Amino acid sequence: MTRVSNVAHSPLPEIFQSWFAARGWQPRAHQLELLDNASQGRSTLLVAPTGAGKTLAGFLPSLVDLSSLTPNALKKRGLHTLYISPLKALAVDIARNLETPVSEMGLPFTIETRTGDTPAHKRARQAERPPHILLTTPEQLALLLAHRHASQLFADLKTVILDELHALVTSKRGDLLALDLARLHRLSPSLVTIGLSATVREPIDLQRYLVPQLKNQAHQSELVCVTGGAQAKIGILKSAKRLPLAGHTALASMPEIYKAITAHHMTLVFVNTRMQAEFVFQELWKLNDASLPIALHHGSLDVGQRRKVEAAMVSGTLRAIVCTATLDLGIDWGDVDLVINVGAPKGASRLMQRIGRSNHRFDEPSQALLVPANRFEALECQAALGAVEAAAQDTPDARIGALDVLAQHILGMACADGFNTDELYDEICTAAPYATLTREDFDRTLDFAATGGYSLRAYEHFAKIRQGRDGIWRIATPRAAQHYRMNIGTIVESTMLKVRLGRMTKAGTPQRGGRVLGEVEDYFAEGLVLGDTFIFAGEVLRFEGLIGNEVIVTRAAKGIDPKIPAYAGGKFPLSTFLAERVRAMLAYEKEWKILPPEVREWLEWQKEKSALPKKGELLVESFPSGDRFYLALYPFEGRLAHQTLGVLLTKRLERARMKPLGFVCNDYGICVWALCDLGEAMRNNSLSLDDLLHEDMLGDDLEEWLSDSSIMKRAFRYCAVISGLIERRHPGQEKSGRQVTVSTDLVYDVLRRHEPDHILLKAARADAASGLLDLKRLGDMLKRIRGHVVFKALEKVSPLSVAVLLEIGRESVYGEAAEDLLADAERSLLEEAIG
Amino acid sequence: MNKESAQQSAILSIGGLRLTPDASGVLYESQEKLLIVSDLHLEKASSLARRGSLLPPYDTLDTLRRLSLAIDRLRPQTIISLGDTWHDTHGPSRMSDDNAALFSALRKNMDWIFITGNHDPDPPHFSSARVMDEIQMGGVYFRHEPKAKITEPEIAGHLHPAAKLRAKGRSIRRKCFISNSTRCILPAFGSLTGGLNVLDQAFNALFPEQKFLTHIVSSDQLFTVGPQSLVSD
Repeated sequence: MTRVSNVAHSPLPEIFQSWFAARGWQPRAHQLELLDNASQGRSTLLVAPTGAGKTLAGFLPSLVDLSSLTPNALKKRGLHTLYISPLKALAVDIARNLETPVSEMGLPFTIETRTGDTPAHKRARQAERPPHILLTTPEQLALLLAHRHASQLFADLKTVILDELHALVTSKRGDLLALDLARLHRLSPSLVTIGLSATVREPIDLQRYLVPQLKNQAHQSELVCVTGGAQAKIGILKSAKRLPLAGHTALASMPEIYKAITAHHMTLVFVNTRMQAEFVFQELWKLNDASLPIALHHGSLDVGQRRKVEAAMVSGTLRAIVCTATLDLGIDWGDVDLVINVGAPKGASRLMQRIGRSNHRFDEPSQALLVPANRFEALECQAALGAVEAAAQDTPDARIGALDVLAQHILGMACADGFNTDELYDEICTAAPYATLTREDFDRTLDFAATGGYSLRAYEHFAKIRQGRDGIWRIATPRAAQHYRMNIGTIVESTMLKVRLGRMTKAGTPQRGGRVLGEVEDYFAEGLVLGDTFIFAGEVLRFEGLIGNEVIVTRAAKGIDPKIPAYAGGKFPLSTFLAERVRAMLAYEKEWKILPPEVREWLEWQKEKSALPKKGELLVESFPSGDRFYLALYPFEGRLAHQTLGVLLTKRLERARMKPLGFVCNDYGICVWALCDLGEAMRNNSLSLDDLLHEDMLGDDLEEWLSDSSIMKRAFRYCAVISGLIERRHPGQEKSGRQVTVSTDLVYDVLRRHEPDHILLKAARADAASGLLDLKRLGDMLKRIRGHVVFKALEKVSPLSVAVLLEIGRESVYGEAAEDLLADAERSLLEEAIG
Repeated sequence: MNKESAQQSAILSIGGLRLTPDASGVLYESQEKLLIVSDLHLEKASSLARRGSLLPPYDTLDTLRRLSLAIDRLRPQTIISLGDTWHDTHGPSRMSDDNAALFSALRKNMDWIFITGNHDPDPPHFSSARVMDEIQMGGVYFRHEPKAKITEPEIAGHLHPAAKLRAKGRSIRRKCFISNSTRCILPAFGSLTGGLNVLDQAFNALFPEQKFLTHIVSSDQLFTVGPQSLVSD
């Protein structure tokens, strides 16, 4: 029973009241508040956990407003409401849910969806004769705004609803959407925006995102927070078997997970990576004596297969689904009454969102179980529990808008009505991520969009956009407009290769012939050698070869174990927030009694053999093992920051002539190894930890490594595609034997040599720094630990380091340059020639 | 394996010539003081720019500079540009004055031979340079496009060979020379030129039974690798 707030809300129109009553529902306070705000022209951010009736709240203002129009007015009315969601499927799903109330109330307005899958003729018609409510994706919105008649199409737009806003704003996609939102606000000055979001740390960032920012004056929308709802019941699964020191398979806990599934109606088993999903699925089926229907769902599976699983979920015929984040966003799935999270949740807010999926009734508590896979994860899970109890969140900081996205947007605006430079600059600055854009960066980006932005003015003749005598910039040629439309969007896929069942001919060559099981990233296929076995789509498959763009596999013989180990990494590093809490737990022994006994033992051992880092300290150990000398560090800053640290430390050790060979890291720590005795070097002061860990590593050392690295090249490639410098690869446009496009690596090298401060290099560097390297996090850590490093010279591996070292063989080991691999290949040729 | 031995081990005896693949991507014959370079594709960026790809207009300068460094180091007397010196017929007219001057300086006091290519079937005739479809030296034929059946040793370009290796879950792809006892195909020298995998069909007829060696260029070092270590794209 919800309490109606004491603010008097205007009553719902009669027809809505009866509809609610007929369903036995009461309109909730937040729904009425949103309605009030919207009717007074105030944009609002609605923050609520899943299940709180967000979607209806978002649409209510539009439904009420439209229902008040006469049939005549309705006929003449163009586009009234735009609904934007990050997923195609979500838009389609919402449409279905919306059509129910609309048809039940007999409301005569039109609702349509528009995604990449909408047929061309329908999309053309939608631009000419739009529905009253259009549900679409950010990319489609960008396309619509790049239309000559965009200003007419959106002139009467009353409301924009942005769903899953917290998920949209964390990437370049959010940057592009913000720019388009700024344009919509200008085309329809009385526009009201409604943002629907899960709980976040700083709602004000989203409130600013929704409304135009004015110079020197941050503006924000209203905020309606839905509090209450039952607290989640979260526990940590206790397994009978002892937790291992490392590993991510949670093998020890499978029996208990299976038991929990048998005891519940429907369970979602969330894992962090696709490979883990495959593994857990296999293991559960090995234990599945009761033959319960357990399904698998992840992004690389064949689409048809995924839809089957989704349908089975909704119709209630499944008992459990092993899944990854592809099942994460807001879709309302049937009667899930338990959520199991295998492995560390990586971030309290991700955990909250996953828990929100179960028991989709707001007032009943959700049930969740965390299953740590190793002792480090046990700490992390415990820390996550505490975070949930404090309802604290770990949302990333608001983004600064990317310049390559800006370039794409400028081209789009030139395709539409054309623009005046000053006006466009002002408009762009009203978009929150671009509120601090300098005029200089804008001008350089404009120049880039027009002629490539080179200081050598070679391409004025070939400009993609031109300024007319009236001062207005317009797209220069139909071809440039077409290129823009075909390259829209901010998602640059790594090439996916289909995995297809095949068979072997008598001659021993692979042949296609079976069905497609799903897709894998090209870099995964790259690493496969004939005969390798791996788990995919729930089976153990054997790699037979590549035919064209397809990975041909056969089913491995029974009993064969997959050779390629489960990919341990996962896409998300430990969040700063959780890292803090884990460090705190390590430092306070009193907290250890809630940990499983083997974890307690392990920590006690570590205390005895070495030391435990106190909060605010960095523990560094040195020890010999085999014929190598190790340095172990435990910053707890997440895999990305550790990778960067590892590379930079290795370079410094090289300069100090310590002959480093490589390093391995995970979310918790990093181990570097070398031929020289690092412990001894520190004892006789030929190596100083202070110097080794100095922040200045983020200066020249970093720049030198970064400019040559594959990380920078990858970032540059993405920027080159998004900004329109290089065209996207389109399906069907397969690479023939000859080069069709110029490789971005070549472009990067030439640009680097001749114009190192080119705007695209600046954009790529910004991406590399934040996304791939976590530089800020690393820099903050180095500052923080200055003067607080605890060094232990040990005779043997420490208990804590064992857990990191066991990652060798699971994760890639760094320190092997391309040249080493080439030298190896050359050596083997020589040996063959001599031998 | 140190740098010197890596480079020494890659001297190709073809016909009467002893050719050294250089880490810069050129081929050098020290006795004859002959330098061979292929597929410069000058003015490629400006050519693509007309079709909407506004790539950095520095490729010509970059290519000429790299060539100039190799020339300074190796000090040849004769230079053969083995075809596709220009990316297209109008390249020479698009070249900037500065680059034209640089190119002219490179041609000073040296014998240049421009072999015609499919991209530049009729390249400009600079003074003191020869333009030919092919030339023979030391019993070896120098042409742009390799012939399927040859009766004499051959040095050619055109195919832009590249080698790809896979090891330890990673892959590397680099430009390379590809050779056997009777022929050698040079990598494309141009800064914006890529490469065709040597395991591609186009190379099959030229190197029967995959009997060849590749000499791979990777940051100023050369590595000689056989086909058994290579993978296709």
